[in-house]
Amino acid sequence: MTRKQRRATMIGTSLGILGLAVGLVLYALSDNIVFFYSPADLVEQNVEEGTRMRIGGLVVEDSIERGEGTFVRFAVTDFSETLFVTYDGILPDLFREGQGVVAEGVLQADLKFSADTVLAKHDENYMPPEVADALKRNGNWQGEGAEAPHRETYGQGAYP
Amino acid sequence: MIAEFGHFVLVLALGVALVQAFGPLLGMPFNAAFGRLAVPAARVQFVLLSVSFLALVYAFAVSDFSLSLVTANSHSAKPLIYKLTGAWGNHEGSMLLWTLILATFGAAVAFFGGNLPDGLRARVLGVQGLIGAAFLMFLLFTSNPFLRLDPAPFDGNGLNPILQDPALAFHPPFLYAGYVGFSIAFSFAVAALLEGKVDPAWARWVRPWTLAAWCCLTLGIAMGSWWAYYELGWGGWWFWDPVENASLMPWLLGTALLHSAIVVEKRGALKRWTLLLAIFTFALSLIGTFLVRSGVLTSVHAFAVDPARGVVILGILVFFVGGALTLYAIRAPALKVEGLFAPLSREAALIVNNLLLTAATVAVFVGTLYPLALDAVDGSKISVGAPFYNLTFVPIVIPLLLLVPFGPMLGWKRADVLGATQRLGVAAAISTIGLAAAWMWQNDGPWGAPFGIALGVWLIAGAFSEIGYRVRLFRGATVAEAFGKARRLPRSAWGTAMAHAGVGVMVIGIVGITSWRVEVIEALAPGATFDVGSYAITFQNVESYQGPNFRADRGSFLVERNGKEIATLTPEKRVYPVSEMPTTEAAIYTIWVADLYVVLGDPTGTGAWTVRAYVNPLVPWVWIGAVIMVLGGMISLSDRRYRVGAPVRARNAKPGVPA
Repeated sequence: MTRKQRRATMIGTSLGILGLAVGLVLYALSDNIVFFYSPADLVEQNVEEGTRMRIGGLVVEDSIERGEGTFVRFAVTDFSETLFVTYDGILPDLFREGQGVVAEGVLQADLKFSADTVLAKHDENYMPPEVADALKRNGNWQGEGAEAPHRETYGQGAYP
Repeated sequence: MIAEFGHFVLVLALGVALVQAFGPLLGMPFNAAFGRLAVPAARVQFVLLSVSFLALVYAFAVSDFSLSLVTANSHSAKPLIYKLTGAWGNHEGSMLLWTLILATFGAAVAFFGGNLPDGLRARVLGVQGLIGAAFLMFLLFTSNPFLRLDPAPFDGNGLNPILQDPALAFHPPFLYAGYVGFSIAFSFAVAALLEGKVDPAWARWVRPWTLAAWCCLTLGIAMGSWWAYYELGWGGWWFWDPVENASLMPWLLGTALLHSAIVVEKRGALKRWTLLLAIFTFALSLIGTFLVRSGVLTSVHAFAVDPARGVVILGILVFFVGGALTLYAIRAPALKVEGLFAPLSREAALIVNNLLLTAATVAVFVGTLYPLALDAVDGSKISVGAPFYNLTFVPIVIPLLLLVPFGPMLGWKRADVLGATQRLGVAAAISTIGLAAAWMWQNDGPWGAPFGIALGVWLIAGAFSEIGYRVRLFRGATVAEAFGKARRLPRSAWGTAMAHAGVGVMVIGIVGITSWRVEVIEALAPGATFDVGSYAITFQNVESYQGPNFRADRGSFLVERNGKEIATLTPEKRVYPVSEMPTTEAAIYTIWVADLYVVLGDPTGTGAWTVRAYVNPLVPWVWIGAVIMVLGGMISLSDRRYRVGAPVRARNAKPGVPA
């Protein structure tokens, strides 16, 4: 092989692999990301049923109903709209009424949502940032303001 | 008093770091004596930071609540071990640990680097000193661990209960040792650019440090993954969480660096690429620190969320990476480049390795940062999860893994691919048997799973084929001769084989848990029996008890298999009153080729409890594989050619011994 051919092989292989990687990433990005909506967003933006998404807000007080087995139903609100969530499984440790929650699943008709994952968080003061943002956007934020000292907004939470 | 002393010593350490940085970097052109400041400065800095760190640990041990950090992160009722580990279970303390580890690596270069040329050593230590100074300023001005609280409260707020765990106590030190260890490769790269010289001896010095950092990082990531598996109660071992990705990216690129440095050492080629990798690996370590520490990501690692800190870390990142890349742009074109090489040679194989590892890093990078970028641009919130990585990371990594066994079989310069393939015949046969066995064994798993198992077997068998070939086993040598040859093989050959085999073991574990997990979630009243896989589990009862700093409900589950009692599992649900926080303690029964994993959920209100049980096939192999990889790295590290004074001796050693 001549020097030129060797260089061409080398460059060709490199470009091939990089092109493959970029192609895969773009393809995966077009189809495999999940958007977050608050209940008010769902109403405003008229999101199609059957879309896979994450939703979040506060769990409405006294809304948790346990059904047969591990079936659970609860309502999530951002104080302008309320969404009814059904879930079959074990809820995370810190799932509580009046607390922030994020769930992933599929939107059904009439503001119903069937969740397959309810995300865990690991601190009693923790508010998922998406939820906090959504509440701030529609003016229903009741927590500490942005100027709150960081000792109180101790954010500790992990999405498994 | 001791806290004040720790604080004072920390300020002193900053002064010493500045001397260590500017003495060699600015002073050396004027007077060589400035360069000689670096070694003592590195030693003194190590001593000062150790003292400072011990002062902080002491404050945690005696629960000195007049320190605001102790108040915020400790509690008098906590077991002593978690008081101690709590010292780095928070932002400030962990950043102090970071600077201590940085100083430890600096001191190690000062101590073991006797055989380095004086100029290079001084410059490496100078760059290390500069990084140290930057982080010490960050620590002192934005995250001082020694701030007092007046009046001191009677008790503290406690440590997040899920962090009160042995695996997690040692996860940060190892992870940091990995991140920070790559700073040495970075410092060597910058020093080489300053000197305008990269030669095989340079690569020989860089490799052991990179390898040591890589071993620590591997262990750190494995510990974190193991912790997530048993502590979060979801039974998964990797979630593609941005925080995990933050540690995976430097690992992937560090692995590439480890391999490209071989080419520089053996063939004097790929110099510029290796310098670039060294810079980017450390950059990704800093990005990891930034992501985790700035609070842009939500995770258990985001302690106090303070945007100012994120900005400072970003500033440090931009300064060092930007500076290094500028230097690279100016100096790299002047580096002498060796000729190209044949497309079929070990060099070329290592380039393919590097390309694929880099591509994999890019995929993870995009998946991790795209949501952040999108949020910053138009405020839409998205999450990128496992499906994205299954489509990008996995297809990039599979060809890489398939090619791994070929690498060590190929010769330098021009390889005999046909010969290498023939030598791998036995390995191919063994992995075909693995494929058939997995195919017969599986009932209704995905069709790809047996191929995954075969890939793991291929990696393991391929790794040892190389050893077998080199000792001429079954090729005219008696077993005794082969054994004798095996003993004389360089340790690095064994290390390579072990590390590659470890990857194979891990692949088998990953395929096992991903494909054949059995999950049962049910609401059960005590006395009920249910089946998971081949296990019959009886839910006996739930009783409450009081732990040292928590209350717990403990379920009792009798496990039977084939009518024989094999274990009683006791998963718990705990509440830590200090933080009013519940945690789940899963109960795990392992038979090494599978785990039985039982979690106690909430009471349903009608006397029943939700119970979640998994059979996780082969999952322990994920971490066993990681440990084997680390052992391989350590064996390689103990190779005679890497010891003190080695570069001189090794140049006389037999050439062409692959590492």
